[in-house]
Amino acid sequence: MIVNGSAHAMRPEPAPIPSLDAEAGIIRAAERSRPPRPGTTPHAPAPTFPFSAIVGQDEMRQALLIAAVDPSVGGVLVFGDRGTGKSTAIRGLAALLPPMRAVAGCPYACDPARPGDLCHRCRDHAAGLEVHSVPVPVVDLPLGATEDRVVGALDLERALAHGQKAFEPGLLARANRGFLYIDEVNLLDDHLVDLLLDVAASGINTVEREGLSIRHPARFVLVGSGNPEEGELRPQLLDRFGLAVEVTTPTDLPTRIDVVRRRDAYERDPEAFCTAYAEADAAIRETLTRARAHLPALAVPDATLEAAARLCLALGTDGLRGELTLMRTARALAALEAADTVGIDHLARIAPAALRHRLRRNPLDESGSTARVTRAVAEVFAP
Amino acid sequence: MTAWADALLVARLAAADPHGIGGVVVRAGAGPVREAWLDALRKALPAERPVRRMPGSITDARLLGGLDLPATLAAGRPVAETGLLAETDGGFLVVPMAERLSPGQAGRLAAVLDDGRVRVERDGVGQCRPARLGVILLDEGQGEDEAVPDALRDRLAFRIDLTDISWRDAVPPEEPALDAEPGPPAEDALAALCQAADALGVASLRGPLLAARVARLLARLGGRGVPDEGDTVRAARLVLGPRATRMPAPAPEADAPEPDADATPEPDSGAGPDEPNPAPLDERLVEAVRCTLPPGLLAGLVAADARLRQPRSGKAGAAAASPRTGRPMGARPGDPRHGRLALVETLRAAAPWQRLRQGAGEPRRIRIRPEDLRITRFVQRTQTTTIFAVDASGSAALERLAEAKGAVELLLAEAYTRRDRVAVLAFRGTGAELLLPPTRALARARRGLNALPGGGGTPLAAGLDAAAALARTVQRGGGTPVVVVLTDGRANIARSGAAGRPQAGADALAAAATLRADGVRTILLDTAARPQDTARRLAEAMGARYLPLPYADAGVMRAAIRAAT
Repeated sequence: MIVNGSAHAMRPEPAPIPSLDAEAGIIRAAERSRPPRPGTTPHAPAPTFPFSAIVGQDEMRQALLIAAVDPSVGGVLVFGDRGTGKSTAIRGLAALLPPMRAVAGCPYACDPARPGDLCHRCRDHAAGLEVHSVPVPVVDLPLGATEDRVVGALDLERALAHGQKAFEPGLLARANRGFLYIDEVNLLDDHLVDLLLDVAASGINTVEREGLSIRHPARFVLVGSGNPEEGELRPQLLDRFGLAVEVTTPTDLPTRIDVVRRRDAYERDPEAFCTAYAEADAAIRETLTRARAHLPALAVPDATLEAAARLCLALGTDGLRGELTLMRTARALAALEAADTVGIDHLARIAPAALRHRLRRNPLDESGSTARVTRAVAEVFAP
Repeated sequence: MTAWADALLVARLAAADPHGIGGVVVRAGAGPVREAWLDALRKALPAERPVRRMPGSITDARLLGGLDLPATLAAGRPVAETGLLAETDGGFLVVPMAERLSPGQAGRLAAVLDDGRVRVERDGVGQCRPARLGVILLDEGQGEDEAVPDALRDRLAFRIDLTDISWRDAVPPEEPALDAEPGPPAEDALAALCQAADALGVASLRGPLLAARVARLLARLGGRGVPDEGDTVRAARLVLGPRATRMPAPAPEADAPEPDADATPEPDSGAGPDEPNPAPLDERLVEAVRCTLPPGLLAGLVAADARLRQPRSGKAGAAAASPRTGRPMGARPGDPRHGRLALVETLRAAAPWQRLRQGAGEPRRIRIRPEDLRITRFVQRTQTTTIFAVDASGSAALERLAEAKGAVELLLAEAYTRRDRVAVLAFRGTGAELLLPPTRALARARRGLNALPGGGGTPLAAGLDAAAALARTVQRGGGTPVVVVLTDGRANIARSGAAGRPQAGADALAAAATLRADGVRTILLDTAARPQDTARRLAEAMGARYLPLPYADAGVMRAAIRAAT
């Protein structure tokens, strides 16, 4: 039996913070810099499988890169067979992302460059914020997680030991400005999924429980993965994801051998394998950084906007979300490719991923939504 | 015996690297043979490594870990509890009745197998513990309909079947376990294993990867540095054999000459250079696998695969979704006498006030006042399960089976949009068969239906009995069953299995009466080309709405079923 409380002496006590919200009480800071608890063997994980070493799965890789260039596209849903490297890809991407500037000691890693998105505490101390560089967070939402850990809740430890009412930020706080990854999103409890999607859409986590009343920024790219064989997702839920990609196990032999070779080499010597791909990863990082810088300057011409509208109309996608996502993802794709303008070609290439999960389901149509989007693209964009 | 020798070899290999090989699916009934095998596994595993059992009823708190409530209360501060998964680090988790694992439990185990650690975010505890374990799935499933979840099975290197081994043959092994560093690469073998997997129809890439790992383990056991050809062949037999989904064409008419031609020369140069055997390694691997597979077994595998790629036990499916008390949906203040006490939430509510409530010098105890008490909120959603009982007998098949299938597909689509569950039963020959346990996955439902075979007698009574039994299961689980029977009503197989119209008709009417007595809503679609009185009488007996198919277009049928559900 491990007593967590014995970590007390090691943990830096958070500096007293003026209460902003009369109800909120104290927000526990230093959540990120918490030392490992005693009794848990520090299990040094092997370096992640390099993003650039993934064989094939171009659509998934492209979707993840787009989400990294423009987090506002609204998350990526990856559906596919087992063992197709879904979780490998997201971890690999996170590992190569350039570190971000964040307010030191802020449990939400606020961005000093965006004063509008600061949390209450950082806004109050806006003059003297200490800034440091941290890796982009990738937070896993494990199956069996309870709501209190996800949204944050009363800090049980402080409450029990000191009788203080303090807020302990949850996984959503930790994921701010990074990625929240849910493997097997279709096995997650419905109410948790609803909650997540709500936060992902608004970028703000509102906690109203145990007499706490807290709002804090929670902007993250939601990446969900799952297998449609194990129960389908509700249409409302599908619609919330910006991009949906399908991955399959490669079927041609040389590719299969290549995948197995690389995986095997990685498992036998992770460090050496990662070193071999360090340069390729760096090149992707370079592309990403350039694309991010390029994005704000990239205007979408009226012709492209009109084409996007026509395509959505032809497919009968509900609401404006489809159109908006299509436009944003096409722009991010153009930025990745360092294009001068967002063309019809960008639209056409990203349309399947941006729209295939928004079509009205026809459960008996075996042709599949990808084929339907491709068909519509061919018809609408025909010269 | 060779099957037992193989099983013992698997035990040794598994014990040498529990997490690396993922584990073993052991198909066998409970009994001395299975116990002997588990003993062999335990002996092969170093003594300090744990072997723990996971009961099917285990809660997330115990499996993953969480807040240790008694200790928390005693200590007055949160105390974390280590879950079973973390306690099994380095050893094996034995899962009895693995065919009944819920998708959620399977998902949790799969996550641990992938990561080698267990992540807990529960009840105020967030932690990450090493859990480099292997899983032994004890599969007691009967037939192909009950099997362990695919998600898990794919991650485990070995599948062994002990059902046909006599306990007299199950003698303990003699060799001690070996523990050494994994051998150096066997890159030539990788390509050959991939090709063999391809030829055998093993879609997942975990197959060849695990086989390569097993080949290295075999080399270690044999004291060789590098896996030789024998190791690779044996690994292919043990790992790829049970995964095979198709029988490759015999060697002379090689069915895939072009990938062999461009992929083998380079990797094959290093494979067994001293062997005078002219066939490339991958073909010999396939040959080795083929020799171990009785043709009937493989045919059975393929049939099962085509029909339901992910069969799930009907009982397990119903139990997993059984909302006897509903799904917990947070907590609210309330009296535990009128609900279930939410202990953690109650403690949370009481926690901030402890300092205030405690007088100086008193012993530290948690003080809980009535206003702190929280009870769990449940959502009780009664879900409709539409059970299709389809007559697939010769008489029906010839005339209307295709149309009946079409009708069922339309209704499935309807059920899907309402998020209902559907189940499909077929009856033909001498009995009824559950083609699709209650599910919400439309893709599976459609597949089950497409593969529905036709022909044989009409055991109408057996079909109705099976539908009634399934309906009762749904009712017990808190759901609402609706039975849709598609038949021409011309029964010719009695309950006893004997042919003969009069008895069969009487039995069918009796079975129909049971459905009515159970209060199950029913609809009967008459599939006969010229509707006759038999089906109408049957509908009356079960209190069903009667719809002759020739006059009912899809719209009428849909309306009828919508009205009933």
